[in-house]
Amino acid sequence: MGNKIIEVSVGLFVIAGIAALLVLAFHVSDFSTYSEHNTYRVSAKFDNIGDLKPRAPVTIAGVKVGQVVGIDLDKKEYKAVVKLRIEAKDNNIPLDSSASIVTAGLLGSNYIAITPGFEDNFIKDNGVIEETNSAIILEDMIGQFIFNSKKDDEKKSET
Amino acid sequence: MMTENIQNIGKSSINVCSNVGYAGIFLLKTIFRKPRLVKGFPLLIKEVFSVGVFSLPIILVASIFIGMVVGLQGYNILSKFSATEQLGQLIALSVVRELGPVVGALLFAGRAGSALTAEIGLMKTTEQLASMEMMGVDPLWRVIAPRFWAGIISLPILTIIFCAVAVFGGHLIGVEWLGIDAGSFWSNMQSSVDFRIDVLNGIIKSIAFGFVVTWIAVYQGYATVPTAAGISRATTRTVVYASLAVLGMDFVLTAIMMGGW
Repeated sequence: MGNKIIEVSVGLFVIAGIAALLVLAFHVSDFSTYSEHNTYRVSAKFDNIGDLKPRAPVTIAGVKVGQVVGIDLDKKEYKAVVKLRIEAKDNNIPLDSSASIVTAGLLGSNYIAITPGFEDNFIKDNGVIEETNSAIILEDMIGQFIFNSKKDDEKKSET
Repeated sequence: MMTENIQNIGKSSINVCSNVGYAGIFLLKTIFRKPRLVKGFPLLIKEVFSVGVFSLPIILVASIFIGMVVGLQGYNILSKFSATEQLGQLIALSVVRELGPVVGALLFAGRAGSALTAEIGLMKTTEQLASMEMMGVDPLWRVIAPRFWAGIISLPILTIIFCAVAVFGGHLIGVEWLGIDAGSFWSNMQSSVDFRIDVLNGIIKSIAFGFVVTWIAVYQGYATVPTAAGISRATTRTVVYASLAVLGMDFVLTAIMMGGW
């Protein structure tokens, strides 16, 4: 086998490797979408974030517009500060919009849904979403439900 | 009788220690030497050809089947939770994190590692290495180093190709055959696979495996007992040691990467 064939096939081998890496980077792991330069930062404070995790999607009307990049605890107010990155092209979120943590399906993972408000001014880079709705914790709801139904039973037995 | 047994234990443990030490010195001698790029590079290309390119067919066939099997198995389990649209995530994560590096390295040890050992072992048995030294050519430079570096370069490339093809195999089964929606297949995959955490860590694993597998292969070849039986024993040992080393190291590396040591 000639030297040239060897070199050409090694070259093809390396190129195939690089191509596969690009496939992994851009098709499998979505490397590029939420980098620094084509997004802007927004933060929101929640009383309880439930099971929200970094990299969870942020949606408006069900359309994904960004993702959660960090979760911290506000030490003074004991609230969770959630940092979001939103795509630069979706820069027309009104200032009085509200963010709520919702669950995908009954047992699915949590994500943030932004409900747009009506103001004409829009949220800027490093802006804050003031109005927030905390995560609905299933256990709390069940607990409250049982507590209420017990109360009802007691009332019935008294009358 | 008793002392003989104790003596045997001592003898074999001294043997093991000296072998490990010899392998380590051998490794250092191979790595730390003045690089001779102009003469060394063509040799390296030739070895990448015989080590990497010839391993490509087995890697391709194995990866597409592994992707399809994970797809089928995952679909069966996920359909119990009616979460079949998560199949893309399951395939991509399991392939990129574990199956790609590990199965790739095992196949590489069987395909390329054994060939390296047999080749170098036969060179030693027929005294080619000794005559090379007689002519003033260092066999570590001429024979061992190109093969060693070729292994370290080839396995990560093979692993990346393995991962990409396996994801494609999973796509074939999940989307084309079982009828999962292609959009949710890919978007669930993309939202859960992180390039740095998942893909890069898999590549780091495969570099470590390539290092260990080729080290074992070239050392076993270099230290062959120069007989026909010696070559066969060395080849067997390469495959066994390399496979065990890969599986053991995989646990340690995973514990470091996932456990946050």
